[in-house]
Amino acid sequence: MTATDTWNVMTRELRPVARDPFSVIFSLLQPLVFLGLFAPLLVGESGASLADTLAWFVPGVLVMIVLFGTGATGSNLQYEMMTGSHERTLVAPLSRTSLLVGRALKEIVPIVVQSLVIVAIAWPFGFRANLLGLLLGLVVLAAFGVGLGSLSYALALKTKNREWMFWAVQQSLIFPLLILSGMLLPLDSAPRWMSAVASVNPVNWVVQAERALLGGDLAASAVGWGVLSASAVCAVGLTVGIRAMRASD
Amino acid sequence: MDAPIIEAEGLTKRFTSRKATVEAVTDLTFSVAQGELVAFLGPNGAGKSTTLRMLTTLIAPTSGRASVVGRDIAREAAAVRARIGYVGQLTSGSFAQRVRDELISQGAFYGMAKAAAAARADALVESLGLSGFATRTVQQLSGGQKRRLDIALGLMHAPPLLFLDEPSTGLDPQSRANLWEHILDLRREHGTTVFLTTHYLEEADRYAERVMVMDQGRVIADDTAAHLKEHLAGDAVTLGLDSPGSADRASSLVAEVTGREVRRVDATTVAVHVADGATLLPTLLRRLDAAGVAVVSATGVPPTLDDVFLALTGRTLREANLSTADAQPDTDPVAASATAEGGDR
Ligand SMILES: Nc1ncnc2c1ncn2[C@@H]1O[C@H](COP(=O)(O)OP(=O)(O)OP(=O)(O)O)[C@@H](O)[C@H]1O
Ligand SMILES: [Mg+2]
Repeated sequence: MTATDTWNVMTRELRPVARDPFSVIFSLLQPLVFLGLFAPLLVGESGASLADTLAWFVPGVLVMIVLFGTGATGSNLQYEMMTGSHERTLVAPLSRTSLLVGRALKEIVPIVVQSLVIVAIAWPFGFRANLLGLLLGLVVLAAFGVGLGSLSYALALKTKNREWMFWAVQQSLIFPLLILSGMLLPLDSAPRWMSAVASVNPVNWVVQAERALLGGDLAASAVGWGVLSASAVCAVGLTVGIRAMRASD
Repeated sequence: MDAPIIEAEGLTKRFTSRKATVEAVTDLTFSVAQGELVAFLGPNGAGKSTTLRMLTTLIAPTSGRASVVGRDIAREAAAVRARIGYVGQLTSGSFAQRVRDELISQGAFYGMAKAAAAARADALVESLGLSGFATRTVQQLSGGQKRRLDIALGLMHAPPLLFLDEPSTGLDPQSRANLWEHILDLRREHGTTVFLTTHYLEEADRYAERVMVMDQGRVIADDTAAHLKEHLAGDAVTLGLDSPGSADRASSLVAEVTGREVRRVDATTVAVHVADGATLLPTLLRRLDAAGVAVVSATGVPPTLDDVFLALTGRTLREANLSTADAQPDTDPVAASATAEGGDR
């Protein structure tokens, strides 16, 4: 991998975003619906204040943005494999590693922009975030997103022209990961087997780390586990993704 | 003398999907000298794209080897990629990208400096008639406009060796002429070697100094278009007679004069392929006249590469293309022959 190749691949991927920045905002529709419709329900359910509920819920929404955004990013690559432009980049003198890493790194931009927009929207409703915690939280989300994006690319490369298979695998992984992360509903009252699965779900640890970081509890053990989980997803994702890109034709 | 720019030896590619194995390319051995313009012809599924995809390092051969611009395609794939240009059969531009952005990214991929890439992109946009579309996304282009962008992308870095897979498919006549101007310019100015596939026989005939014909994974002819036509096909001489009886008599007389097999096109028409139709025709007419056979029409048509294919395989390119479409039994022959000419993009 050369840094120049990676940079060139990443800036190419970012051009459509730069040309049409509102596309990044529009894709916030889904998390906003969750925020607007779920938060009041949680308030009613728990009897806690809106500010406390948001302090619990907003970090989960940030992870959800990453989960859905980067989890689906492989479909763009799959489309380019079908139309032919992926083939063009394979013939260009770019290292396979750069082709994958450049694409994965570009995920960081929408993650950061979208997270900041959500935080800004929640602020007038009483949500408060520790600024250093938010900064660290974004770093953790970025690492998690790069890993997840790479896995999504790997899935696209493996399923090739079978779009249905990409979505079948993607959906059947993403929803269990989402529900077993305690992102939308607390897992306190979950049956034992569910808690057991959740305890090895990296998404769960990232959510807990984000709650601690945004809440200003920077020294919490959950932060350590979250950082570890995000780093592991990042490392595994990149390894699997690079391997899939090397085998691409 | 310079070493060949492409040297393939026993190149073979087998695809295995589920239980079926397709041998797309079989034991291909050839070389291309620097500066040559080679047209690679053959019906759908002949193995042209597969050959190009092996030579451009996209897929690994099942067996055999090749060197491209002096580098081995298997061991030095990265070095090969740095020295070639490639326009694939599909669309090179990403649908979400703008035309000019995609050209500038391509320049960056090939290590061009920013200003040089921008200048080159603007020049290509202008000369390939994409001026009004530079800030449109690829998605918004028409088929022919997309194809012109593909070509611009392939030309960005002016490589010493250019592979083009059906570059002219989907282009209107003016754009095709324009494409050929570009190709010929490149050769004149940079001595670029061009290896391209096409379904437009007249294009290969007119511009390529060397024609390779592939059928069912094998190269079945490799020569100049003029030689192929002269040796394999010859001029088509067709005579219309006043009655079936005259046609019978004309048949045997023409066979006697030419020593060739005479085809009966219909009840009153006979045809024969000969090396020199122009000088034979007057002789034939005099002999038939002397024998009292009334000829009502006579044509001598120079051969096309389609005739070459017919001579080589016993079927025309059009028929060969139709037979590859027999998965769809209801294929409308008119539509099918349109695809035969227009490729399958
Ligand atoms: N990835 C693949 N997997 C399986 N079979 C393949 C694959 N690619 C090509 N083939 C088969 O190999 C043969 C040659 O295909 P190829 O694309 O090289 O033909 P072509 O000469 O380029 O035809 P066309 O004029 O239609 O573009 C065909 O029978 C095709 O079905
Ligand atoms: Mg082809």
